[in-house]
Amino acid sequence: MEDSEDGDKEAQAPASKRGNAQIIMVTYSVIIVFMCMAGYLIYFMVHDSSEVINNPYNKRRNILAERVVRGSIYSSDGKVLAKTVTGDDGSEKRVYPYNDVFCHVAGRMSNSMTGIEMSQCYPLLTSHSNPLGQLVNTFKGEKNQGDNVYTTLNAELQQAAYDALGNYKGAVVALEPSTGKVLAMVSKPGYNPNTVEEDWDRLVEDEESQSALVNRATQGLYPPGSTFKVLTAIEYILENPSLYQNYSYKCEGSDSFEGNIINCYNNEKHGELNLSNSLAKSCNASFANIGMSLDINSFSKLCGKFMFNKKLPVKFEYNRSKFLLNKKSSTAELMQTVIGQGKTTITPLQNAMIAATIANGGEMMVPYVTDHTENEAGQVVKSYKPVSNGKIISEEVAGIIGKFMQAVVEKGTGSSLNGFSYHVAGKTGSAEFNSEGTSHAWFIGYAPAKKPKIAVSIVVEGAGTGSQYAVPVAKEMFRRYLGN
Amino acid sequence: MNKKEAAEKLINIFGDMNVIGVLHSIIVEVSKYIIIILFAVYAWHCFTVFFGNNNERKEKVYKRQRGIMYTIHFICSLVLYLNSLDVKIIIYYFIQLVFLIFVGKSYSYIYKGMSKTVLNNMLMLMTTGFIMLERLGHGYVTRQMAFAAAICFAGLFIPYIIDKFTYFDKLGWVYAVIGIVLLALVFVIGQEKYGAKNWIIIGSFALQPSEFVKIIFVFFVAALFAKSSKFIDIAKVSVLAAVHVLILVAEKDLGAALIFYITYIVLLFVASRKPVYLAAGLIAGCIAAVAAYNLFSHVQTRVIAWSDPWSYIDTAGYQVAHSLFAIGTGGWFGMGLGEGMPGVIPVAESDFIFSAICEELGFFFGICIILVEISCFIMFINISLKMSKRFYKLVALGLSIEYIFQVFLTIGGVTKFIPSTGVTLPLVSYGGSSIISTVILFNIIQGLYVLNGDREEQDGKKEAARRKAQDYRQAERTGRRRRVQ
Repeated sequence: MEDSEDGDKEAQAPASKRGNAQIIMVTYSVIIVFMCMAGYLIYFMVHDSSEVINNPYNKRRNILAERVVRGSIYSSDGKVLAKTVTGDDGSEKRVYPYNDVFCHVAGRMSNSMTGIEMSQCYPLLTSHSNPLGQLVNTFKGEKNQGDNVYTTLNAELQQAAYDALGNYKGAVVALEPSTGKVLAMVSKPGYNPNTVEEDWDRLVEDEESQSALVNRATQGLYPPGSTFKVLTAIEYILENPSLYQNYSYKCEGSDSFEGNIINCYNNEKHGELNLSNSLAKSCNASFANIGMSLDINSFSKLCGKFMFNKKLPVKFEYNRSKFLLNKKSSTAELMQTVIGQGKTTITPLQNAMIAATIANGGEMMVPYVTDHTENEAGQVVKSYKPVSNGKIISEEVAGIIGKFMQAVVEKGTGSSLNGFSYHVAGKTGSAEFNSEGTSHAWFIGYAPAKKPKIAVSIVVEGAGTGSQYAVPVAKEMFRRYLGN
Repeated sequence: MNKKEAAEKLINIFGDMNVIGVLHSIIVEVSKYIIIILFAVYAWHCFTVFFGNNNERKEKVYKRQRGIMYTIHFICSLVLYLNSLDVKIIIYYFIQLVFLIFVGKSYSYIYKGMSKTVLNNMLMLMTTGFIMLERLGHGYVTRQMAFAAAICFAGLFIPYIIDKFTYFDKLGWVYAVIGIVLLALVFVIGQEKYGAKNWIIIGSFALQPSEFVKIIFVFFVAALFAKSSKFIDIAKVSVLAAVHVLILVAEKDLGAALIFYITYIVLLFVASRKPVYLAAGLIAGCIAAVAAYNLFSHVQTRVIAWSDPWSYIDTAGYQVAHSLFAIGTGGWFGMGLGEGMPGVIPVAESDFIFSAICEELGFFFGICIILVEISCFIMFINISLKMSKRFYKLVALGLSIEYIFQVFLTIGGVTKFIPSTGVTLPLVSYGGSSIISTVILFNIIQGLYVLNGDREEQDGKKEAARRKAQDYRQAERTGRRRRVQ
């Protein structure tokens, strides 16, 4: 044929074989592509599928529920948070022994699933008990027992936080700094998940604007108040690594910058202050003074690293905390922002993550509530490992700010936390949210200061000062979790 | 009637509660494992049969494969019947059984020397399709069976046609014109379905001409490339091929456009034997893909749905997300036939049938389907390699690439391996155009193989005769020499 002009060796091959080498090449390529696809599919089945199917949009849980008795949810100290009780007539009822104490974090089954009930829906409806026994059950037309979910939540600590909040609205988050385990997550007011179906209309109508269905701990956005000064101080240390110790300011109870006046709480005159004292006394004037010197872009980046304005890699519902300061912002806004007012809003969860990061030497751990799942016989099916979200600040800086926060407790606004056999580090806050001067009481902190085992974030809505209303909650939690 | 009602009815009829109840659930429950094991054995044989030359053993393997096919068909039909107690299922079962036996026997007779692996695979894939469509309901299976029966019967004449019409390779330009006209016709009078304007609707029949142009396209490219692979001729063919692809892109039929394009590139590479063309084609394809992504919003939608279906689960990501739910929830062994919710997968009867199969019959069953498809492809390539006539070689190659690439697009698309392009799973998915064109594709390749076999046999006879004559002369010469000595 005509195409022998290139004169290569193959051209001398008989016409019938011409191109066969190329065909074989193509065939191998096709087979390689299919092998990649098969590999991908197997990876999907082994690795991703359990996560993928556990999606509220997947409608197949009703089928699974016909074959499996939904497993129970336990606290880390072995208390039942949710279980399914089968009646004599075979009807099933989901029972929550703690009523509203765990209602947001453990979630509910009816009226659209939430919490762990939702995030672990398919594991709870999957049985990993003895396959032979399962087969026998299936033949007999009986249901298999679904796996149990063990949470990281400490029931005693949760109950303590719940009780300490009293009748106030508010939220508490407690994390284990080294792992990110959520030890407690309370949001008040709650609702009773045992009767949520009957109460639903009332809850949705919400005539007293209780927002009982909202998990304030992860979804409530509050101005951070003075707890935000921790970040302002970190930024100042980062920008003045060798000179921050020389910082000094004389507080007269108020000050003005470019015509904007800032007052300290009750116009109290704090006198001569260094950086540590400024934080301990929570001096607004001093922090406004610090704020005037800061590089806004770099500050904004630091807040971004602390996950403001970002998606959190957590498995539960939350709202993003917001930090909106930029170069174009006015001086007035800058001054308000650096002391935790202004447009910044934060969730109690986010604030707990900040405290936990400092406690953990600058490394942020991703908060998680599911520790592991077990089959009926107690064999572990899947355990969840701590995941790092990266080093946010250096261990050195974390150590410095940690010392400052210890000073807050030793000689500042958190002094009622003295008297434990261990040291506590923390920061109070009183976030004003209306013009009448009422404020949300805040406290973030951790203990023991040397080897932190728990970091907390507490907000008490509209109560007053942090020292008065949030610190006692922390005190009760530390006492319960770490002893006196 | 659902499974529970069916079980209750059975118990009522037979009275004995426990025995019947247990028997019912045993059959329904155990069947899925048996089906997977049987299909795995079947798929295994698809590959072992490539090795060795022991024809007796091969015959046995083919028989075993057919036996497995009938068994799977029987078990699935039984389960479907037990879950519904619908008499229609029994009727379908017998019609399908007759169909399978008839095609098996008649094709073995007409297509003498064909690849029996391919025939078995064709029937096996169709059987899977029948079962799944029966399960999905809505009367899909009736139409599917009608189309399959009609085209399989018509297919009996394909070897005859190939044999008689020897001027098939002379019609290169004619194929191009027919192809372009048909595609352009769709562009003018076609209707949009699932976001692609690739349907012509006549009465109650919806026709997808690109399925048929696919075959004509291969004939066109193969005929012209078989004649010449000079640069100027390649350029001419390329322009016409590009027209095909561009019309398809304009019709938003991305799957078909891709299939045509890849097939063309492969044929060009094999015909020219110049890797430069392959590289140039692939690079041009990549540039075109990027351009298409930036130009067309529907391409962007597909890519978004692929990269992150979860964030767009209500809109673009809906199909892929539900497909993955089905495959994931089904797990390795499936929920069991009739036990899942394939009804909630969008277009489960056609583009997403692979997900429906994985959900109910199990992931392993899905893998076996992929193996069977690959085995078909390897057999096709094998046939293409053996073809002595250049035109036939290129036709067989082009058709096999079209086939396997379509399989890749559909399975890759529904599993989020690649962006979904909306093509059917050949022979399994519901769709008249799809099943007709695929059966034609299979039969053409089989027909070419049979023809090639005949020719080779004749050639072989001539060759033997020539050698005999030579030997004779040689012998004569030596004889003469001896006499001289």
